[in-house]
Amino acid sequence: MFLRPDKAEKLAFATLKICMASVIIFVSVLLIHIIVNGYSVLSIEFITQMPMKRMTEGGIYPAIVGTVSLIGLSMALAVPLGILSAIYLNEYSSPGRASWAIEMAINNLAGTPSVVFGLFGLALFVKYFGFGPSILSASLTLALLILPVIIRASKEALMTVPQEYREASLALGITKWQTTRKVILPAAIPGIMTGIVLSIGRVAGETAPILLTGAAYFLPRIPDSVFSQFMALPYHLFVLATSGTSISQTRPLQYGTALVLLFIVFMMNGIAVVIRNHYRKKLSR
Amino acid sequence: MSRRNNKEKAIEVALLMTSGVTIVALFLLCIFLFREGALLFGDHSLVSFITGTSWYPSSSPAKFGLLPLLAGSLIVTAGAIILSVPLGIAAAIYMAELADPRIAQILKPFVEILAGIPSVVYGFFGLIVVVPLLQDLLSLPTGQTALAGSIMLGMMALPTIISVAEDAINSVPLSLKEGSLALGSTHWQTIYRVILPAALSGISAAVMLGIGRAIGETMTVMMVTGNTAIIPGIPEGLFDPVRTMTATIALEMGEVPQGSEHFHALFAVGAVLFITTFIINLIADSVKKKYRLQEEA
Repeated sequence: MFLRPDKAEKLAFATLKICMASVIIFVSVLLIHIIVNGYSVLSIEFITQMPMKRMTEGGIYPAIVGTVSLIGLSMALAVPLGILSAIYLNEYSSPGRASWAIEMAINNLAGTPSVVFGLFGLALFVKYFGFGPSILSASLTLALLILPVIIRASKEALMTVPQEYREASLALGITKWQTTRKVILPAAIPGIMTGIVLSIGRVAGETAPILLTGAAYFLPRIPDSVFSQFMALPYHLFVLATSGTSISQTRPLQYGTALVLLFIVFMMNGIAVVIRNHYRKKLSR
Repeated sequence: MSRRNNKEKAIEVALLMTSGVTIVALFLLCIFLFREGALLFGDHSLVSFITGTSWYPSSSPAKFGLLPLLAGSLIVTAGAIILSVPLGIAAAIYMAELADPRIAQILKPFVEILAGIPSVVYGFFGLIVVVPLLQDLLSLPTGQTALAGSIMLGMMALPTIISVAEDAINSVPLSLKEGSLALGSTHWQTIYRVILPAALSGISAAVMLGIGRAIGETMTVMMVTGNTAIIPGIPEGLFDPVRTMTATIALEMGEVPQGSEHFHALFAVGAVLFITTFIINLIADSVKKKYRLQEEA
């Protein structure tokens, strides 16, 4: 049977609304569940103490230190590489074989599963270069994983810089590199920052690559060099939630760890939104 | 002047070399992945790897048959796509066509949040909430099933599908929509007879990217699918535990000695995974190019 067009429209739109609502409800339930259960666990001790009694009590301090070191080191590697690559692609390269190959490589790396990056890091950094399972191996692996993300975001930001900026600067007899450094890059910085901040969230949450390149089940101390193994928040959550004999006993610790992890990721998302809005306001003035 | 030009030239070459790092990285990734994987095939034949129906890495002789893992990945991904594609496209239509612009402005960051949640947190939520729920609702012996994986992966693929599909819908020329409305069609008729067909290739790209995201996901599936390496039946296998390619690598790599047969077998699985996502991305890319060409025409 056929519905009258106006009835069909009502039915269809109602279905669309239900679909949208169910997406929202699912995400809200997930977030609220973790926030409500994790909130009571959070305390200064939880984030500043070592795990105790075979990880059934105590805090997550070493995991936080590990995750922060991973973020610092992988960003120090990927950010300069990413921005310079984006500058080449957007400001210097002309369509041709070289830029086609670079774009293709970026797209492929971006689509490669993170666990495959883990295998790659294991074979190249841990085994071949002999860095062993360590902060260094894991950070190098994560740096390669987010390189495409940073290049894409930076390139996008450079593309929004008006062409007049380049022409005006070049017309004054300023060289291309100076133009890029002094005129174009400053104008693109907010967009680039947004991309960087979002990839920090990504690095904080990645588990599979560090699982293969050096994350430790449990370490009773803080890593003392980049060649040490380390604990990290996402892997710590995985370990607590899936292995050992006291899974239900450590449930509060699991919620707490998940909440700290979510907090880091959302803080980064929030910063990205603030940068974006600030920049938009400036533009519309 | 010429010195200045030399300096500029040098900078350009340096920049070219920097961006070449991505090519070198991809090249090394292929070499190391395939080299380590190929070492399995001294004692085991490639055919027995690809067509083998059992994955018993610690029996003697060890059996490294890919099929149970491949089937596990496929059934979980298929389930995820069946759930997330209609939901994602519906949400995209809602955001692009129906929602008040102000509400759409709130929904967009919401979808971004969904994309930002780490996979291990999805896995944790799945393990604690979704798995027991499925076990009770369907009275299964265990809730750790392919279905649990599909539900969680479906949610994780949503942001990719929603944002790409929304872009595709928004890029349909306004004149098409106005033409249809002027002929007296309702808004819904316009959406499904005019806008959706025009956005179809963009939406297919969204679906392909969603599949790529789902098949490569590791932590979530590892935590909720039970990880039993048996070939699942279709469709009743949805209600059984399965083990995917990604979960196998992440679960077993910690226990194997470096350089052993098993070690190389896991790299071989990784190589299959890499080739699979490579092909999926290639298809998504060509579909996307096609719709860009259509737009320009």
